[in-house]
Amino acid sequence: MQAFEYASPTSKEAAVKLLASEWGETEVLAGGTDLLSLMKDQGSAPKRVVSLAAVKELKAIEYNPSTGLRLGALVTLRELLDSAEVRKPYPALIEAAEGVRSPQLHSMGTVGGDLLQRPRCWYYRGGYGLLAQMDGKSLVPDGENQYHAILGNSGPAYFVNPSSFAPILIALGAKVRLFGPGGARDVSLDKFYGTPTSADQREYDLKPNEILTDILVPAAGGAKMAVYEVRQKEALDWPLAAAAVVLNLDGKTVKSARVVLGHVAPTPWPSPEAEAALAGKTVSESVAEEAGKAALAKATPLSKNAYKVQLARVAVKRAVLAAAEGGA
Amino acid sequence: MPKCKYDWPEAGERHLIGTRIDRIDGPAKSSGQAKYTYDINRPGMLFGKIVACPYAHAKIKSIDTAEAEKLPGVKVHLVQNVGTEIQWAGDEVVYVAAPTEELASDAVAKVKVEYDVLPHLVHDEDLSKVGDRGKPAAEQKSGDTVAAFKDPDAVISEGFYGTPIVTHCCLEAHGQVTEWADAQNLKVWASTQNLSGLPGAIAEAIGVPATNIEIFTPYMGGGFGSKFGPDRWGIECSKFSKEVGKPIKMMLERDLELMMAGSRPSHYAKVRVAAKKDGTITAWESDSWSTGGPAGGGKPPIPYVFNIPNQVTRHTSVSTNTGPARAWRAPNHPQSAVLTMCALDDLAAKLNMDPIEFFHKNADLASERTEVYRQELRKAAELADWQKLWHPRGDKTPGHIKRGLGVSMHTWGGRGHNSNCNVTVNPDGSVEVALGSQDLGTGTRTIIALTAAETFGLPIEAITVKIGDSKYPASGASGGSTTVGGVSASTRRGTIDARDQLFAAVAPGLGAQPDQLEAVGGKIQVKGDSSKSLTWKQACAKLGVKPVQVTGKNPGLCELGSSGVGGVEIADVSIDTETGLVKINKMVCVQDCGLVLDLKTAESQCYGALIMGITYSLFEEKIMDATTGRMVNPNMEFYKLAGIGDIGELVVHMMTGPGYDERGVIGLGEPPVISPGAAISNAVANAIGVRIPTIPITPDKVLAALEKGGMA
Repeated sequence: MQAFEYASPTSKEAAVKLLASEWGETEVLAGGTDLLSLMKDQGSAPKRVVSLAAVKELKAIEYNPSTGLRLGALVTLRELLDSAEVRKPYPALIEAAEGVRSPQLHSMGTVGGDLLQRPRCWYYRGGYGLLAQMDGKSLVPDGENQYHAILGNSGPAYFVNPSSFAPILIALGAKVRLFGPGGARDVSLDKFYGTPTSADQREYDLKPNEILTDILVPAAGGAKMAVYEVRQKEALDWPLAAAAVVLNLDGKTVKSARVVLGHVAPTPWPSPEAEAALAGKTVSESVAEEAGKAALAKATPLSKNAYKVQLARVAVKRAVLAAAEGGA
Repeated sequence: MPKCKYDWPEAGERHLIGTRIDRIDGPAKSSGQAKYTYDINRPGMLFGKIVACPYAHAKIKSIDTAEAEKLPGVKVHLVQNVGTEIQWAGDEVVYVAAPTEELASDAVAKVKVEYDVLPHLVHDEDLSKVGDRGKPAAEQKSGDTVAAFKDPDAVISEGFYGTPIVTHCCLEAHGQVTEWADAQNLKVWASTQNLSGLPGAIAEAIGVPATNIEIFTPYMGGGFGSKFGPDRWGIECSKFSKEVGKPIKMMLERDLELMMAGSRPSHYAKVRVAAKKDGTITAWESDSWSTGGPAGGGKPPIPYVFNIPNQVTRHTSVSTNTGPARAWRAPNHPQSAVLTMCALDDLAAKLNMDPIEFFHKNADLASERTEVYRQELRKAAELADWQKLWHPRGDKTPGHIKRGLGVSMHTWGGRGHNSNCNVTVNPDGSVEVALGSQDLGTGTRTIIALTAAETFGLPIEAITVKIGDSKYPASGASGGSTTVGGVSASTRRGTIDARDQLFAAVAPGLGAQPDQLEAVGGKIQVKGDSSKSLTWKQACAKLGVKPVQVTGKNPGLCELGSSGVGGVEIADVSIDTETGLVKINKMVCVQDCGLVLDLKTAESQCYGALIMGITYSLFEEKIMDATTGRMVNPNMEFYKLAGIGDIGELVVHMMTGPGYDERGVIGLGEPPVISPGAAISNAVANAIGVRIPTIPITPDKVLAALEKGGMA
């Protein structure tokens, strides 16, 4: 690990002044559960690390039944899990945090860090760059792609977005507030992520000298919601596929639905097809199953990950059923 | 028959043996006072790191360390020269050492090595794709398989089964701290299974006599068969330390630990097996292949457990660039259990027989342990509620959760190794047992204390055990389940001799002959007359100024142990047929190992083995990338190990009492880890009605099998 400068500003204004305008020069440190391992594995070698730990306003959890929830980016998973203000109106946010099966990650990991963590693709982490290339060619299509993307994978990116919270936050219509030298801007989370076309790009619409300060979640308004993750292990393990569902019901009929898949594509993957399959229907096992099929109708699995198509279908089905039966 | 001079006490005369004793180093380990090799820091010590070859097969073209050596305090040491052909990614080329770990890592990045990259092979599951890397061995046969398979009464089952390469993934990585006391004397703190053997293994390479080398392993974080030798890093760091005149600590990073510090060879086989319609097994035919890296892979002991009368086996050894093989807890047995017990389970299904009944029917083929297996099959079936829960192939319960049970059997040797110990009884009553053994985490230290305390009639706390230093009397390597038999026998012989010397010293004062005395309850007393007694302390005071000092040995007069165990395990699993996920409901382990000394550490061996077994059955695989030739999961994120939520209910039953105890002490480390793969695979087949040919049983394989012909 090369020597670097460490800064711990106490305001967001001071923080962004310490950030460079090019990626790679500086890195922002929140819980450090991703950045430190990237730096140790030489996946990142910044000249300056800017810690946000002393920026107090980033730790806020504010809930107002009419306007919704503001989560500071530095709120830890543990603080989220312990928050009665989140648990009641947004049970699926709690489910998403519970899917991270590690007390250590609960203690150190932050909500903002979850949204901005880099892909877990083992070629990327093994030193072949974000696009997993050797001699200009991706190693993924003919390689060990069992955990890679089944949607949005026409290349050159094949990794999956690893966020636990992004699918449910998108389904809830959340925005992120970004703060840079020119002030704050709000971006709808479903517009925030993108698929990089070169290895030096990031997977999201954040400038190198901006920080993510807040996550703004609209009032749930009695919507029902659930997250379902298919994980191989009960212990800490990345989901093989995940789905987040928010249902607005009229009696038992779905007025509108949001369905967003995780761990299936380089970005969180909203599924208008699944949403259309649910609209106007009464939720049942077969309706939920149809939604799962619709969500995956355009899947293009790679050589070793066709099974993920089935897992993602099941994740959608079970999330729909759990949402319809369940909370908020 | 008169009792031999050295024997274990009879059932009614034991005060510690067979009870549940907490391990004596538990508090030291849980409080952090126990210092492992990783914890050792010496004055002026440098941290060593490895420049490893990134290619699976390559020739070293040039090595340039100039930039690295410009870093402050950085030293370099070449371990392989230009022109050397490297056979696996991760193989060491250059060592660097620096005053801090960070600086050492930076130095690694600055060493420039150029390679000529050569073609590699890292996959062997499909034998048709290994080209000239496969070397067939001579066919082995006995009986008449042609006739047996042609018998019109024969029911024949054919299948493909296999296990990929897995690693050891010891919690404590390989490595050591090397320090020269002077130009001729070396100290090594090593994470090793072979403390007493290490000086001899290092001496010649570094040019000093073995007596000048002292090894320390007070505590150890697991080896599982991967830590017998000094390894290149042990030898080269000894030289490197001497060159730089400073101690060097070099422990492998997790990635290199998984890439090159040990692989359990793969084993695959196409198997045909036949039985008569009544279930009597008649014939076996197998074409197997395996790899353990560049040296290929040997033939597994198949058919396993059952000596099938007509058999023919053919084996191909496949040379790959996957990293070198090392012994892995019960070498070749877990793989052989999968190849054999899964094939037999499929045959039982074809015969429409309950596999437990089928194993009972053929128990005569299980060598001299037929009766042991019968008892264990009965006990395991009872503990698994087999009668109630087992069903023919394919759970017909509606819904997507299918439950199934599977069984497997195994065998192991486990005779005690050579062991020497010094026993000292001091005039102040303190007792010390010293021997050059190591406690891998199994409870060896506790067993030694327990054995001495049993002989002396003392509480276990009264014994000081000294292990983990090669200056103590030599004891064998801890491998092959040989340690408990070895150290308990040497300790028992030594403590009986020490006790007898103490008896001789105190007998006149008690008005008795030495052979009329006994050591019980913290006293030396005339047998059957507690009025004529001395406390232990009073008795030892009679020694005057001269402690009792004796040596105990194994082997020696009288047998205190033997060899050969059985073992039966049953898995109870549920499969979600929509996701292909396997959930362990319960694992039952019924195991014999002769006389059980500490029931608690014995059961703990079985619990640990079941967890390790569940892990390799469901999660573990050294996943290699064909293009790069590198392992893609050399970390504990994607080299998946079971957590506490993944293991279900574990039920362990040790077979003890008449028929078992009189066999003396037999090792236990390996046997319970052998059967989980086969038992779990069989349980999955029982649940979903279709065989998943290879472990680990991952969701992709389950879904693919269901699609092909199961009951999705």
